[in-house]
Amino acid sequence: MSTNVEVGEPRADTARGSSPALRPSKRKVRWFEVAGFTVPALVVYVAFVFVPIGFGVVMSLHDGSRIAPLNNFVGLDNFINIFTGGRMFGQPFFWDAVRNNFLIAILSLLLQGPIAIGIALLLNRKMKFRGIVRMLIFVPWIVSEVITGVMFQMLLMPNGAIAVWLERIGLGSIAGTQWLADIGTGGLTSVTFWTVMAVLTWKYIGMAIILFLAGLSGIPDELTEAAQIDGASWWQIQRKITLPLLGPTVRIWAFLSIIGSFQLFDMIWILTRANPTIVGMDTMATYMVQVGMSRDRVGYGSAIAVVLFVITLIVALTYQRFILNRDIGKES
Amino acid sequence: MATATMGTRVPTQEIRQKKVWSWSQPWVYLVALVAVGVAVGPVLWVVLGGARTNPQFLTDPAGLPNPWNWGNYADILGGQFAQRFWGQLWTSSLIAIATTAGVVILGTSVAYAIARFPMRGTGALFSVFAAGLMFPATVGILPTWIIINEIGLVGNPLGVIIPQVAFALPTTVVILTPFVKAIPNEIEEAASIDGATRTSFFFRILLPLARPGMVTVGVLAFVGSWNSYMLPLFVLGAGGAPAHQHTLPLGVQMFTTQFSASMTSIMAFSSLALIPALVFFFTMQKYIVNGLAGAVKG
Repeated sequence: MSTNVEVGEPRADTARGSSPALRPSKRKVRWFEVAGFTVPALVVYVAFVFVPIGFGVVMSLHDGSRIAPLNNFVGLDNFINIFTGGRMFGQPFFWDAVRNNFLIAILSLLLQGPIAIGIALLLNRKMKFRGIVRMLIFVPWIVSEVITGVMFQMLLMPNGAIAVWLERIGLGSIAGTQWLADIGTGGLTSVTFWTVMAVLTWKYIGMAIILFLAGLSGIPDELTEAAQIDGASWWQIQRKITLPLLGPTVRIWAFLSIIGSFQLFDMIWILTRANPTIVGMDTMATYMVQVGMSRDRVGYGSAIAVVLFVITLIVALTYQRFILNRDIGKES
Repeated sequence: MATATMGTRVPTQEIRQKKVWSWSQPWVYLVALVAVGVAVGPVLWVVLGGARTNPQFLTDPAGLPNPWNWGNYADILGGQFAQRFWGQLWTSSLIAIATTAGVVILGTSVAYAIARFPMRGTGALFSVFAAGLMFPATVGILPTWIIINEIGLVGNPLGVIIPQVAFALPTTVVILTPFVKAIPNEIEEAASIDGATRTSFFFRILLPLARPGMVTVGVLAFVGSWNSYMLPLFVLGAGGAPAHQHTLPLGVQMFTTQFSASMTSIMAFSSLALIPALVFFFTMQKYIVNGLAGAVKG
């Protein structure tokens, strides 16, 4: 063992005048150690991340099924169909799904951001039961998407609990709304769309609050104390000091939220009982699963996955280039 | 470090409380109460709903159990749904624990190699793993499904565990590498003077020191696995595994479709599926919050 150490880098060691054993970073690395530490992870990672992604790209050039994914080479036809295809065979316009994803991404920021900042500022103050309040507010975040979806399906049933409560507080006129089946004329006029947005807000706002609280705890108390001594009111302190300093956290949360919105699948799938098309709630991911799993056209589904990936990547890079870039200088 | 800052903070907080902000206290509590109600209300409704009968539920969906009826819960814990529920609890636990173990073991060892091995290529290795952050599991689901099918793991918990570990590795490595780097070099030097090899250093010194970071990534991996729906849907659901070998989220969804007439059974089943996650969350809350914060800062 120690002989291995001696032969490490004798020249450097004599030059520095210290014994080789004192400089472990210069010790020779033995191949089996390198292999032992890196190979298992690399194998799992390459075989189950890179290989599937590459395989998916190849599949997207075929119109195969689950049993024979590489049958029937069609070149770029799948991609052309995605962008130009109509409602043939009941398949929705891909653009409906893209529009839904973008709307959900933007509205998630607009709805969750302000509410979460407000609650985080509130919970950051000294108050009784703060620990318990913090803990309970995060409960939705720990409830799985499936249980959340099932729960709200039951709450929102016609003549369900929400309808009864609405009637009790005198809002009987809207108690009969078909929360999960009234699509209006589509897009933002769809009640279903806003219901889904509300459920998404309920589920994911806890994540925003956790992140904002972490960001707030990183703001030194000295700053707000100094402002207080100078006679600033609570609102002034929040507006002029806390919020600007919370900026980097908000921007990173927004990034994670946008990426998450583009991958959205579980909640929509459950809330619409695995049939989002009927209520106009397709997202790119549900469209991919419908085509790839339910219709067994894995080639076409993989093409959708490729488009989903490219769109997410473009949005992510644009966001990084124009918004996250501001923070890089400050953070490092 | 933490204790030092705590020491300076306590008195200033007392001053602040006395001086300003007392005027709005009632409003603060009111808003907090509403927020907690909105967050917890629906969950409570489901838990209480499980203690009602279907006729009770249909006549007044918003009411309280009257009288309390434990039949639904009994059916699941020890009656006709027992095999299904306990089987799914076992499957979910097995998959979540194995995923967590895999992620933590593989992630820590790679992070150690990247952070500490004096050789070329460690930077490239980090980039290879960081690149994985760009590939969300959703994008790879169809090819993963087919590959899992080809190697015969469809319907097998391993078919869920391995891809979950693979897709969790990028985040893990990115969080853990700076963590390992922050452990002072002097400790490793001292260990090597005492004759420790890299391997024994890793197991006997680094692992205990890196524990907070490992707990963080482990907790995130566990929660992610426990709640995940898409991969189990493909590998176990579409793969034709029997109901008692499904995970709990998949099981809840299947139960809902199958017994859609009995709302209160669905509520009881959902509640029981929820409890392990809640217990885990309340015991691990500190690490989850730290983990998310660390993941963002790192």
